[in-house]
Amino acid sequence: MTATLSPQLNDTTAIGRVAALVVDHAVKRFNVADKRRPVMAIDDVSMRLERGEIYGILGSNGSGKSTLIRLICGLLTLDAGRVEIFGHDLVREELTVKRLINRVSVDAAFFKKLSPLENLSFAARLYGLEAGPARSATLEILARLGISARRADRPIEQMSRGMQQKVAIARALLTSPSLLLLDEPTTGLDPRSKLDVQAFIEELRVEHGATIVLTTHDLAEADRLCDRISILNDGRKVVESTPIGLKLLVAERYDQPATLEAAFMTYTGRSLDDDHEETEETDEPN
Amino acid sequence: MTVLSHEMKTSFAFIERNFYLTRRYWGWELAFLVYSVAGALSISLIGAQAGDPRLLLSLMIGAIFWNYLSVVFSWIAETIAVERWEGTLEYTMMAPIRRSTQLLGSTAYAIVYGLVHTAVILVVLILFFPQLDLARANPLTAVAFVLLGSFSFVGIGMIAAILPLLYVERGAQMTFVLQSCLLLVSGVYYSISILPPWMQVLSHISPATYVLDGVRAGLIEGVPITELGGDIWPLLVMGATLIPLGVWAFGRAERYAKRTGKLKRVG
Ligand SMILES: Nc1ncnc2c1ncn2[C@@H]1O[C@H](COP(=O)(O)OP(=O)(O)OP(=O)(O)O)[C@@H](O)[C@H]1O
Ligand SMILES: [Mg+2]
Repeated sequence: MTATLSPQLNDTTAIGRVAALVVDHAVKRFNVADKRRPVMAIDDVSMRLERGEIYGILGSNGSGKSTLIRLICGLLTLDAGRVEIFGHDLVREELTVKRLINRVSVDAAFFKKLSPLENLSFAARLYGLEAGPARSATLEILARLGISARRADRPIEQMSRGMQQKVAIARALLTSPSLLLLDEPTTGLDPRSKLDVQAFIEELRVEHGATIVLTTHDLAEADRLCDRISILNDGRKVVESTPIGLKLLVAERYDQPATLEAAFMTYTGRSLDDDHEETEETDEPN
Repeated sequence: MTVLSHEMKTSFAFIERNFYLTRRYWGWELAFLVYSVAGALSISLIGAQAGDPRLLLSLMIGAIFWNYLSVVFSWIAETIAVERWEGTLEYTMMAPIRRSTQLLGSTAYAIVYGLVHTAVILVVLILFFPQLDLARANPLTAVAFVLLGSFSFVGIGMIAAILPLLYVERGAQMTFVLQSCLLLVSGVYYSISILPPWMQVLSHISPATYVLDGVRAGLIEGVPITELGGDIWPLLVMGATLIPLGVWAFGRAERYAKRTGKLKRVG
């Protein structure tokens, strides 16, 4: 039983061997209404992340990025497929896996009447951290993200959206996750805060060897941070490569400018064959 | 042992957080206390008007106990509802904790809060009705029954917490339905003997019936707890079944929510 509470032990023995994250033929459908075909939010997606990698997921609104992240952290159950984190099966070794991951979502979900310190103290206790050290770690991380100790004592509702988002990032970092899932972490931040957070993400990888999954609509951010990028379209992974690889691919194969934007447009665009089918379907007269 | 102490420590997370919430909203807590006192007082005054000290005490016990139950249930349901509403439930459910730890932590706070709340009302009512004769009362019996019954209420509370888990907008309100059914069949303000037989069947499976029986016997007749075995064993049995049942049912609901994507609020 104690082994499940200190999973780090298992990891170090297998260092370099196990992938940080394996997603194997994941499928997730949502029933949206009776008599309607379910929405294929994630359609046979597979990926493998090595330790210390920053992996970007791009895709248009509704392409399944957040759903994939939720599947990886166990907030949704898979309809088919398998997820493994540092060699631990998500379903069978739930508590071990949960200790290793954390997530930041696009909205900063907090008890808004409570202060950052109170909210983060709750998070720290859930992850079994001692109150004293957790408090100083919280203040340190918040300061690093530009939130003063004075601010940390007042209700979160008094903070701007960007500041709340930084507190959300601090919450995730507090538990020192080995796998960090970032779902549009910089959406809504000002340019300087964005750079702060991006620098922090890089630092996490370099200094703590964290593996990071990042979804974003900011292509420059993806270009700057990600070692590899995959693009989702209607729940399917349509392409996966390094940022440079993607740019070259669209330039060579589709005769497009060698930019991530061109890659995004090409792979999520209406011009792909699959989308034609869908258009025909919805245009059908009844 | 390490596992157990780890669980205890983790469930303290919920106690501490709920305490912070109470502290932040203390003005409202005070207002709520006024509401509860006024409610219990109004009911008790019916007994005072009848000029029957026994009825007065009996109604007072019913009102105070009913308040305790409402407070405990509303805390359990509301903390889940607020977490759902704010979206923090996703983070709580991502944390490496057992669901039982979460539920026990939340319900433990609800019980402690309910006891403090109830004690305040009790003091106010005793001061308000100087004619009350508590010379024969056996407070030990009353306290023991409330604590014993709390195990069952924790179990029922966990089951009630499923509603706000799945139905964020109205779920917490729907726990009132459950409460009022308990109110109807448990003999809070009248003897269950006046109920139609089919309702009396329900009375016998409501833990509140036995708690009220025990508390009244203790405070009105001064019966020591040792003579109330008939009320104790049903509470023991119900507590021992309802808590595991509550954890199990909540787990089922959680799996359902995760399959259908019901935990999500934003993004
Ligand atoms: N809880 C849910 N219930 C029903 N359908 C859902 C649920 N969550 C997601 N979906 C559907 O699944 C699909 C993918 O949604 P998802 O939120 O993963 O997209 P996304 O790529 O994160 O989009 P965005 O860029 O807007 O954040 C959408 O069609 C959405 O309507
Ligand atoms: Mg999303």
